[in-house]
Amino acid sequence: MEIPYTSKPRPDTGLYNAKLGIWLFLASEVMLFGGLFSAYVLLRVGAPQGEWPHGWLNVWLGTLNTVILALSAITTLLAWVACKVGQFSKFKFFHACTIALALTFLCVKMYEYHDKWIHYEIKLTDGKFADGHFESAVYVNKATDKELEEHSFRGMAFSEVSGGVTNHYELASVTLEGRTVSDEKELMDLRSQKHIELGPVKVERAQIKSMQNYGPWHNTFLAIYFTLTGLHALHILGGTLVIGYLWGPGRKMWKTDPERFTNRIEVSGLFWHFVDLVWIFLFPVLYLM
Amino acid sequence: MSESHSAEHAVDFKTYFRRCVYVFIAVVCTTSLMIGVSFLDPKHYSWTAKVAMILVVACANAFVVAGFLMHLLSEKKLIYTMLAFTVFFFAGLMGLTIWAMHDLPLGSSH
Amino acid sequence: METTVQQFPPFREADAHHGHGEHAHHEPGFWEKYIFSTDHKTIGIQYGLTALMFMLFGFGLMILMRWQIAHPGVPVPFLGPLLEKVLGSVVAPHGAISPELYNSFGAMHGTIMVFLGIVPLAFAAFGNYVVPLMIGAPDMTFPRVNMASYQAYFVGGLIMLVSFFIPGGAAQAGWTSYSPLATTIPTDGQLFWIIGMVFLISSSLLGAVNFIATIIQLRAPGMTWMRLPWFVWAQFVTAFILLLAFPPLEAAAVMQLMDNVAHTSFFLPTGLAVGGQLANVSGGGSPLLWQHLFWFLGHPEVYVLILPAMGIVCEVIANNTRKPIWGYKSLVYAVLAIGFLSFIVWAHHMYLTGMGTKISTFFQATTMIISIPSVIILTCFFMSLWGASIRFTTPMLFALAFLPMFGIGGLTGLPLGFNVSDIHLHDTYYIIAHFHYVVAPGTIFALFAGVYYWYPKMTGRMMNEFWGRVHFWGSLVFMNVVFMPMFLQGMAGMLRRMSDGGANYSAAVNARGGAEVIGGLSGNIMELHQGILIGALCLGLVQIPFIINVFWSIKHGEKVKSDNPWDATTLDWQTPTPPPHGNFEHEMHVYRGPYEYSMPGHATDFTPQNEPENGAAPKPMAAAH
Repeated sequence: MEIPYTSKPRPDTGLYNAKLGIWLFLASEVMLFGGLFSAYVLLRVGAPQGEWPHGWLNVWLGTLNTVILALSAITTLLAWVACKVGQFSKFKFFHACTIALALTFLCVKMYEYHDKWIHYEIKLTDGKFADGHFESAVYVNKATDKELEEHSFRGMAFSEVSGGVTNHYELASVTLEGRTVSDEKELMDLRSQKHIELGPVKVERAQIKSMQNYGPWHNTFLAIYFTLTGLHALHILGGTLVIGYLWGPGRKMWKTDPERFTNRIEVSGLFWHFVDLVWIFLFPVLYLM
Repeated sequence: MSESHSAEHAVDFKTYFRRCVYVFIAVVCTTSLMIGVSFLDPKHYSWTAKVAMILVVACANAFVVAGFLMHLLSEKKLIYTMLAFTVFFFAGLMGLTIWAMHDLPLGSSH
Repeated sequence: METTVQQFPPFREADAHHGHGEHAHHEPGFWEKYIFSTDHKTIGIQYGLTALMFMLFGFGLMILMRWQIAHPGVPVPFLGPLLEKVLGSVVAPHGAISPELYNSFGAMHGTIMVFLGIVPLAFAAFGNYVVPLMIGAPDMTFPRVNMASYQAYFVGGLIMLVSFFIPGGAAQAGWTSYSPLATTIPTDGQLFWIIGMVFLISSSLLGAVNFIATIIQLRAPGMTWMRLPWFVWAQFVTAFILLLAFPPLEAAAVMQLMDNVAHTSFFLPTGLAVGGQLANVSGGGSPLLWQHLFWFLGHPEVYVLILPAMGIVCEVIANNTRKPIWGYKSLVYAVLAIGFLSFIVWAHHMYLTGMGTKISTFFQATTMIISIPSVIILTCFFMSLWGASIRFTTPMLFALAFLPMFGIGGLTGLPLGFNVSDIHLHDTYYIIAHFHYVVAPGTIFALFAGVYYWYPKMTGRMMNEFWGRVHFWGSLVFMNVVFMPMFLQGMAGMLRRMSDGGANYSAAVNARGGAEVIGGLSGNIMELHQGILIGALCLGLVQIPFIINVFWSIKHGEKVKSDNPWDATTLDWQTPTPPPHGNFEHEMHVYRGPYEYSMPGHATDFTPQNEPENGAAPKPMAAAH
């Protein structure tokens, strides 16, 4: 006996198995992202006044990503409609669009992550704070007094082996493209500050009390930002792989069982729309509030 | 692929396409609206009001995507019912946790 | 049949023929048949055997802990040198159990028993094997997803086991893994725990989707919702609970992982000091957030532990009383109510976290309300015994014992549900006694009943009745010897998770008046440890006949005389023994409810669900060989 209702729907529920399966899975995903969103709300509401960042994320990049994802949701749907009406070439086109848009989304996200990665906050010994994007750092070899200019941060000190000799370099100075502020709270709410003057800021090693980039460890906003968008990006990646498979090797099923293939496109499309739905809430919550 | 069928269904495809364009326009509009609200002058609009407005618009956006792109509006009752329970439990998780963190014994300070 | 036309909706009757062509004359090899099987029955047995092995391991951990409690600091007899050799002399000096090792045993005993033992056995093993048979389906809706869910469980279990052998040992922060302790312990045990949990949660989620889709979509014609055996209803609600309650824990696990690895501060408060020094973290997090997210799963989880067990008890009672179960409709509504309410009671685990009176009262109210459907279910089972012709088979003995044991467990939960009395009882041995009563002589007895009951269907042989009774009476007596005294200890104030068994608080050690001091434990209370240790050892001994019985009976057990040796009405007994791949030769048709025993006007005292109204015999199945 074969498993019934894999393609044709069961009369009393009106669903075929995979469609019910994917909606069930999406319900669990609602709870997953819901758990993270509730963590966000709690952390935010629990933060003391003035200690939650505003305006740290680029709204225009976020908007671009929103439009990209919305467009990809549309192309996914149209790919499915193309299957339903039997126009396989249209399906191939729209699905390719979806994959291209998804990859673009991920590229924009990578750019945003990188932007945070090279953004540093330096606590200065005089109580002030230097904050900005890393431009360059000068390292000096204590043994030979040789100076080295690096364009990526390599820590407070590092060792390098060249020509059989181990060279030990220490940080001499850091140049950031940013500003110096006297109160850390000024770094929090960027929205309310009208014109922020940014320029080169050079900080000598002796002035550095501690230095940390804007990774998830920097504060809880960044922690929840990276976790939420990271998990979301993993879902985009997973969805792209599935859609890519169906567009590529999986398309063979169109010839042998077009109805089942169309259902697969529908089911993967539903997952993709869900991922878009999550972003619809992620964008305003993280970027606009 | 028979030609006569695709000719009939070509009409359906066009209708779908048009519908998709409307949905896309709706999404772009709601997104712009949310961005606009977020930039409203804080002197005239309290933060709470802005958050509430943005969330309402986001829900409308989600409704459009779920309703039309995911066909939730024409989906079977079984799916709805299951999702309704999910939303209820999610609301419970959010709401009860927030309430718990704010309801403190008499005399304690936050 | 060539497919060229893409008309929609294409409904192809040729589906069935195509399917047959793929499967006919395809003999699977060893790997495909036993290891990488997609057949629900094989997967069910895989889950069952793996889970039973984990439970034995978890039992062993408990024996070691009980030794340490009864004889703090004394090297473990026989196993001491082995412990020292394998785990090192830092955690097991001279074969004694150090506090760190005790804590890791405690954390892993809980984790293993709950997530690697009971849930896979009750839900995945029995559910996988029995549910498709009971609803008349050929398999689960998604067989490959089913296989994947077993594999994820296996990998998760492996990771948990491996964690014992890494430097620093296994997780030590309890099965609840509270932050900030879980993040500040400087070993990798917690990391392995989190990663293992992610695999286990994923396994359960995949399983839950499968169960729900199967029960909704693959019921045979005539199998309406109200004709489902109650076991299926129980598994259905359990699957929903797993589907919706596990993900927030997965989210929390991801966040705790970030705290451990990426030094975020999701659950670490500002101003956290570790070892006297300010921790180098951003702060701003909330330890309570972890507790909320954990218990959001943690409470529904306990219903996951009990509902499948209740389902088994229902089937065994109906079958061995030769009567329909009393109150089928009430049972259905009660289990649905439990499933729903279980999501809004969780903070009764958090009464002592400084919650205000309003929220405490809310959770107290919902906790009291959820006891009602539980009592309804138990009452229906008790009422089913009235006027019954009880057959005291081994499964029935376990099912009958379940009733008062679960009753004790449930009733002792009431003072814990009231926030006032819980202030005294929270984190004491009373809690340990309460939940062990529900799960150990509760759920595990029901699972034993299930093993004895379905064994003939799986193997074609009966398990030995004599040794089954030895197993039963021994387990019943010693479970009570082990857990009943713990109520007394808890009420006297003995706290849980104390690696010295409370020696620090005991009269012998406490110089300032012994038991007269607040929190002091009298000699009588401390002496109970000895009795509990002996009880636990005897409990272990009495499982040996069971283990031998399971394996010995495969080849030497009494062969069944028919495909339905228990004369049961449900569809799982209307198949060949053991059921072949695809389960049923032809589509089953269901004509009646699940418990038509002793129906007036029928020749036999049971009427299978697939027997038509006019009394015509159902399609004959191949006889057992």
